[in-house]
Amino acid sequence: MMRHKSVAVWLASAALGTAVAFGATAAVADEQFIPLLSYRVGAYASGGTGIFGGYIDYMNMINQRDGGINGVKLTWEECETEYNTARGVECYERLKNKGALGASMVMPLSTGITYSLIDRVATDKIPLVTIGYGRTDASDGRVFPYVFPMLTNYWSQNTTKIKFIGMREGGMDKLKGKKIVNLYIDIPYGKETIPVLDAQAKKYGFIVTHIPFTAPGNDQQSQWLQIRQIKPDWVILRGYGVNVPVAIKTAAKSGFPRDHMVGVWWSGSEEDTIPAGDAAKGYIAAGFNVAGTNYPVIKDIQKYVYAKNLGNMEDKSRVGSIYYNRGVVYGIITVEAIRKAQEKYGKKTLSGEQVRWGLENLNLDDKHLKQLGAEGFLPALKMSCADHEGSGLAKFQQWDGKQWKVITDWITPDRELVRPMIEQSAAEYAKEKNLTLRDCSKEG
Amino acid sequence: MFYREAGQYKTTYEADSAIFPIRQERFAFWTFLVIAFVVVPLTASPYLFSAILIPFLILALAAIGLNILTGYAGQLSLGSAAFMAVGAFASYNFVLRVPGIPLLVAFGCGGLSAAAVGILFGLPSLRIRGFYLAVATLAAQFFIVWCLTKIGWFTNYSASGVITAQALVILGYTFDTPRAKYLLVLTIVALMALAAKNMARSNTGRKWMAVRDMDVAAEVIGIRLMSSKLLAFAVSSFYCGVAGALYAYAYLGTVEPEAYNLDLSFRILFMIIIGGMGTILGSFLGAAFIVLTPILLNIFVHTFAQSLPSSVSSNLEPMVFGGMIIYFLVVEPHGLARLWQIGKEKLRLWPFPH
Repeated sequence: MMRHKSVAVWLASAALGTAVAFGATAAVADEQFIPLLSYRVGAYASGGTGIFGGYIDYMNMINQRDGGINGVKLTWEECETEYNTARGVECYERLKNKGALGASMVMPLSTGITYSLIDRVATDKIPLVTIGYGRTDASDGRVFPYVFPMLTNYWSQNTTKIKFIGMREGGMDKLKGKKIVNLYIDIPYGKETIPVLDAQAKKYGFIVTHIPFTAPGNDQQSQWLQIRQIKPDWVILRGYGVNVPVAIKTAAKSGFPRDHMVGVWWSGSEEDTIPAGDAAKGYIAAGFNVAGTNYPVIKDIQKYVYAKNLGNMEDKSRVGSIYYNRGVVYGIITVEAIRKAQEKYGKKTLSGEQVRWGLENLNLDDKHLKQLGAEGFLPALKMSCADHEGSGLAKFQQWDGKQWKVITDWITPDRELVRPMIEQSAAEYAKEKNLTLRDCSKEG
Repeated sequence: MFYREAGQYKTTYEADSAIFPIRQERFAFWTFLVIAFVVVPLTASPYLFSAILIPFLILALAAIGLNILTGYAGQLSLGSAAFMAVGAFASYNFVLRVPGIPLLVAFGCGGLSAAAVGILFGLPSLRIRGFYLAVATLAAQFFIVWCLTKIGWFTNYSASGVITAQALVILGYTFDTPRAKYLLVLTIVALMALAAKNMARSNTGRKWMAVRDMDVAAEVIGIRLMSSKLLAFAVSSFYCGVAGALYAYAYLGTVEPEAYNLDLSFRILFMIIIGGMGTILGSFLGAAFIVLTPILLNIFVHTFAQSLPSSVSSNLEPMVFGGMIIYFLVVEPHGLARLWQIGKEKLRLWPFPH
């Protein structure tokens, strides 16, 4: 009997806890609430811990150094999604109405969760910001007013990658007849670039073979066996989390040169190369942010956050790593979008709808980035009603065995190829959903 | 004292074979239904509907499906999520390719497609049982998800392999608010749960249970093994298929095949193990436990242990959850439904236990 009684006590206290959580009242005014759909456990935790650590540290630094954005403090709450779509939806629903005027914007850091939130954010009027991932054709802001695949989407990224390979081969015309393998994880994120690669293969005359591996991709022997038979000139890697070191190591075992492997930015972090050891030397990856602590913005985080022991990272050596700095980029965009929106709506707590205007009119040129202490840290960015991508530039970096070395300047994407494909795909979505396109000439 | 059947006489066969033979239970059941259909829709918040109640009901339906196969007919399956995927993708394609098809009919067709696939993968059950059958259904899990990812036709050649479920329109009414979706899901789940309960009490269910308890003996007394086992696979997959369609249409909206992965199959299996094998009530209790506990733990940790670093609190949750599963299985291996039954028996004697 006693045992059952203790169960009852436990259940009662759990129920009480829930009641408290559900009944939690809105915060006081002049706070801007940011929901964090983070993941710190599971196969993709290496990305989640770094990015959300950087994101939180940057927001914390703004609160500590400037007292918030023009006096409006940033608040946030984390919810563990485990990179699982169903959990992500639950987290979104739980956090979307917190804070005085609800969530300012949401960054799910998962393409699967992004897809499930696209319809919901339009109803709830909360901007869905997916920096460097997400649904590519949402770059057409006329169809997706509330979705912002900012800085660069997967298709742009892919065209920069082919341009980079062209540069290495000594000109785009040299690509003719070359063999490229697209090794990808078999989830929406991995499959996203197949159409744009096919289009480029037609344009430049190279032969592309798409080889999937099932998530989470702990074993890729058969895929690399296939690659050995094809003998490609280049391998493009679209992995994330644990499968990237596996790919690099298996490539080494099957004798494929790592300096002819080009990863997407989700396959190019210290967490991917260090576990692969010596095998990773020479491996190349794209990036829309760089590694290193030698930027004023990171120095400020160390001064105002870590010096006061308020930092989010348990392993402080990860500050300045690729994923950490990417989180800082997320923080910069969040803060600057809210600042922009405050110019129009006043220096007070803003709703998601108002922040959406700030995102759509965000213009971070190099001068502005320099003021933020982030020049060269991320590419310049200019958003508009029609273009929710805003930049598309990427740098390429190579692992030298100890750190990531930037080996190119910002490379521009092939917009003439990508934009019509985006518009066509977005138009199909609009037709399927019976949406009318926004007229961008009327947007202020 | 309150829960006693003294003085309740059964004078007809109908009364004798009622689902709830005791008046108090009937009363409690109808009260519960009124709460679910009237009170909850009037009071609950959109968060409760769209993040908790809808997934709970849908997964309970899938658990009923697996319970029919594993709990009643004794055939262990690890492919429930794959059958859900068949239901979802078949419904999507029926709506897409058959103009003017009513949505509920499309769900039904999705369920029937899942049933057909279920029969196909149930065929090995005629030769193998137990763990060997589990491995065969594991093959179904991998094969179906692979198929849906690989063959573009199923996803209407979507570049990323995801499908966006069409709007939920039934008889001209669009179910677009969380409340409307909840009521739709609740109605479907309630009707199908009732059907499952009656199936389990009828000739069909008795045959399944006979096969489960000892299939040689069942064959000796004249039960045809092939038809009983395959019927169990068909009905079970039908339930899973409808649950999968609802999962796509009423819950997630946009679905990738990977949403129906092995992990989900295992979760459904845990639901019936923890809830109680061979009971309909257990499917609901198990679904509630598996769906709600992680969320409650997460809210609990974030409310009361904010000083903890978030890496610790994130990892705390699966640890506590795993510990609770082991605890419940040690305390009551027959599941939460059995705990409920024990509770009722104690209540009959209360306050004078002997």
